[in-house]
Amino acid sequence: MHADAQSLAADAGQGHESHAAARTPQPYVHPYLAGFGLGLVLLASFVIMGRGLGASGAFSSVIAGGIDAVAPAHAQGNAFYGEYLGDGSRSPLMDWLVFEVLGVFVGGFLSGLLAGRFKKEIGRGPAITSGKRLVLAFIGGGILGFGSKLARGCMSGQALTGGALLNVGSWAAMMCIFAGAYAVAYFVRRQWQ
Amino acid sequence: MNAPLFKFGLFGDNVGLIFAFVIGIAFGFALERAGFGNVRKLTAQFYFTDLAVFKVMFTAIVTAMTGLFYLAWIGFVDLSQVYLTDTYIVPQAVGGLLLGVGFVVGGYCPGTSCVAVSTGKIDAVVFLVGIVAGIFAFGEMFPLLESFYNATPMGRITLPELLHVPYGVVVFLVILMAVGGFAGATWVEKTMAAKKGGQTA
Repeated sequence: MHADAQSLAADAGQGHESHAAARTPQPYVHPYLAGFGLGLVLLASFVIMGRGLGASGAFSSVIAGGIDAVAPAHAQGNAFYGEYLGDGSRSPLMDWLVFEVLGVFVGGFLSGLLAGRFKKEIGRGPAITSGKRLVLAFIGGGILGFGSKLARGCMSGQALTGGALLNVGSWAAMMCIFAGAYAVAYFVRRQWQ
Repeated sequence: MNAPLFKFGLFGDNVGLIFAFVIGIAFGFALERAGFGNVRKLTAQFYFTDLAVFKVMFTAIVTAMTGLFYLAWIGFVDLSQVYLTDTYIVPQAVGGLLLGVGFVVGGYCPGTSCVAVSTGKIDAVVFLVGIVAGIFAFGEMFPLLESFYNATPMGRITLPELLHVPYGVVVFLVILMAVGGFAGATWVEKTMAAKKGGQTA
């Protein structure tokens, strides 16, 4: 279906790499419809729980919990981990974001499965090797993980949730996310294009 | 005034965790449907070939923002009970820049990487390991970073409060900005597609 890299790039919206053996993946939902659905999920979260969506905070809870299990004195002496550990009366894993992110894995899996999009592969452009792609994935994840703590949340917690709540810090973070990404996009273009 | 339901004591912490799981499923489902488990669709945003990231994000923001505004206006939701992170403007701006750099270098953001992992993407697994390493590095360096982390505090503040204009006016301006942005984004996509078509022909 997609014979060469050019048409693959042009057809990014049509799903990717159809295989003769695998089921043809369904096309993605139109951006406005998907965005409307996502907005309703966020609104439901506000109305039911009084808080929005998030992702990076769940990883912080897991890390704080892990360090607390291995080196409790070290974890409890650190104000950052302490924020996630609380007073110790409740496990840091019994946390709203931890359960929400577990749901994200399940929801993503169900959607991918139903649409014929579950496929074991390394997502990358045609001009980069798998090895280089994985190194950059790790470096990018590291920069993003560090940044998410300075920004006090990531794209879900700040840009999406804080954006909808007209939070000043969230709008600043959101503008800077786009600025940072556009500023370095040129240098990593071979990874994607 | 009877929402947020949790804040008005309709259920406790443990039932809240069940809601968290269910809302998370819907969140992950919506992200995957949008195509956000696909790293090339996500990063196409930064090469102007497919601006679905912007379109989905701003449609979601406008939907939730407008819905919440009306639910508060009719007195159903108490906006003061909806959790808002405090603003620390400079560290959040720096953090945002790093988030953007990490996004285009690594290909995902935290939520979308979870969806990519659950649909079999190996690079997303490595990206998640990177996030954990980054947060761990931040945690271990926290004693050094703490004063910057807490610099320029502005408290719990919204754009309407900052600009001294009514909430509804800002809601309306964001909707206008989004609609203008959508038109511009579609024009950019078409221009890029025409350019690409010209190259191959």
